[in-house]
Amino acid sequence: MWESFWFEFINFYFIPGLVLGCIYALGAIGITLTFGILRFANFAHGEIMMTSSYLTWEFVLVASSFGLILHPIIGAIPASICSIFLALIVDRFFYKPFRNSPTIMIVIASFGMMLIIRSLVQVIWGPNQITFVKGIAKPNQFIKDFTSNFDMMILIPNKHISILLGTIIIMLVFNYLLSSTKIGKGMRAVSDNPNLAEVSGINVENIVKATWVVGGFCAAAAGVFLALDTQFIESTMGFRMLLPMFAAAILGGIGRPFGAVAGGLIIGLAEELSAYPWLGNGPVISPGYKSGVAFSIMVLMLIFRPSGLFRGKVF
Amino acid sequence: MEIFLGYFLYAMSLLTVGGIYALLALGLNVQWGFAGLFNAGVAGFAAIGAYTYALLTTAESQFHFGGLELPLVVGDILAMIFAGIVATIIGLICIRLRADYLAIATIGIAEIIKLILKNETNITNGPRGINKIPRTWEHFTEERFYTNFPMNLFLNQKGWEAFFASIPKWWWQPFFAITIILIVIITYFFLEKLRVSPWGRMMTAIRENEKAAAAAGKNVTKRRIEAFILGAVIMGLAGAFLGQHLRLIEPTQTFDPSKMTFLVWVMLIAGGSGNNKGAILGAFLIWFVWSSSELVTNGVIEILATMFDSIDISILKNRAGFIRMLFIGLLLQLILQRYPKGILPEKRPAISGKY
Repeated sequence: MWESFWFEFINFYFIPGLVLGCIYALGAIGITLTFGILRFANFAHGEIMMTSSYLTWEFVLVASSFGLILHPIIGAIPASICSIFLALIVDRFFYKPFRNSPTIMIVIASFGMMLIIRSLVQVIWGPNQITFVKGIAKPNQFIKDFTSNFDMMILIPNKHISILLGTIIIMLVFNYLLSSTKIGKGMRAVSDNPNLAEVSGINVENIVKATWVVGGFCAAAAGVFLALDTQFIESTMGFRMLLPMFAAAILGGIGRPFGAVAGGLIIGLAEELSAYPWLGNGPVISPGYKSGVAFSIMVLMLIFRPSGLFRGKVF
Repeated sequence: MEIFLGYFLYAMSLLTVGGIYALLALGLNVQWGFAGLFNAGVAGFAAIGAYTYALLTTAESQFHFGGLELPLVVGDILAMIFAGIVATIIGLICIRLRADYLAIATIGIAEIIKLILKNETNITNGPRGINKIPRTWEHFTEERFYTNFPMNLFLNQKGWEAFFASIPKWWWQPFFAITIILIVIITYFFLEKLRVSPWGRMMTAIRENEKAAAAAGKNVTKRRIEAFILGAVIMGLAGAFLGQHLRLIEPTQTFDPSKMTFLVWVMLIAGGSGNNKGAILGAFLIWFVWSSSELVTNGVIEILATMFDSIDISILKNRAGFIRMLFIGLLLQLILQRYPKGILPEKRPAISGKY
């Protein structure tokens, strides 16, 4: 018998936590790459996520005015190209002038960029919440029936399946890129030692551009997946994601993309599972304080093991 | 005459809020300008100050903790102390982090302070906020003040009512503005003294070269925590006055990081970080730009509305605030790239004790 404990735990806490973790993981990849290669904390990363979900919504809307009903994931393809360009433009005009200045200048610049991008989105689309996908997400019937045969009913909506599958595909491509292509090896080299990479003939400027392309794409994917999951978009969604993504990047170790993935999954699961009634009847941590969980993990890591789980860089 | 009164009162409120921002910028200057600590949670400390003051001084209410009705000055002082206590705890944990990490951590702390204010509804009334916060000077016109000690020694209730009816309703506005300006001036002189003192010079040394300062026997961590606490105390006081100015505070809109933290950063960087005069100048300058841009955008929208009938003004009016925020952001980028030292660059204190 599939006990009610497992039924509740898996369906209402574990799967949502895993989905949230995937979204954090994708976002944290971009943060950890820029942190490792350009050596600064990019505060504008969450805003690129947010912008891409707005762009996706806009593309789907425009397509539907021509009578085309697009799935948001199809709409995300042009949106992710746009957000890659956004990341490159921001780097060219606002970060590049500070390449040789103290790092803190570029952090302040990214802090300002966060506000610029957000107010731009608010000017164009307005400050209010917009419904991204209508309706209630029903659990996938096939998986429900199939697992019921083994007395363990798993309720997983289609949106969660596409988020999980999408994340796995992106991870596999990303793994291939990083371990087997010239550009990926260059990225790892620059992350390890930029001066040594430059004298050994790697074009650092190109690597920086590639970093923004990969980071921008992952941010776009994370933004669209988040919008799919919550079913609405708003201009503060990027800022809300910023802290857990930083926590994931630090937990996994700065400059370790797969560490960031592990960190993202851990943070996502920890946030959801913290609301589980482990002791007594009420949730362990009131759901209102859920976003404090990521922060506490981050601070504990920074104090006790600043290099993260996978021995990242410490600045 | 009426129109002049209107301008006068507008100028007074500009001075009031400008002064509050000047205090916030001075507090940030101690942390960033003196000690090089990147605090991205200014709004959090201001919120602590405002809430402490509000909860301690407001009349009894069924919605939130309170009814202590402490004297307003005690409220101000406790706001400072409480902000200092929170800063001490944060400082002990986070101060050793490098600038980027400290920025992330302080953003997180500001968010957690906001979460607590939002969720502890029994104490803070949650998202609905606290209303009727007594304002310095104006509070004399409230019944619970003039019927009690020490005001009841001079006149009885009828007498005070007649007195307040005989003077214009806005009498407290110039007094409130002057009080805040006086506090800014006192803080300025205190910080100037501090800047040229051995403590201030030590801070500069630590900021410029931490290892050398540590090798010279300076307790780097302790000095940094001190600077962090001092800055937070000033921010707490600014928060208490912000609460008084607004009279209604709630966690989300009032302490919106873009309007508090970010604007204060722009002010400090525009004025010149490390320079107290620069912090005050930047605060007033950016505040005037920010409030006058409201008039400009409203004017432009009205002109557009008369020119084209088809435009829906309500949407434009709704979004005008974001256009202003966009321009302030671009202004920051311009200053950072072209004038990174600000309008009044930092002046090093004299070397051999003569200043």
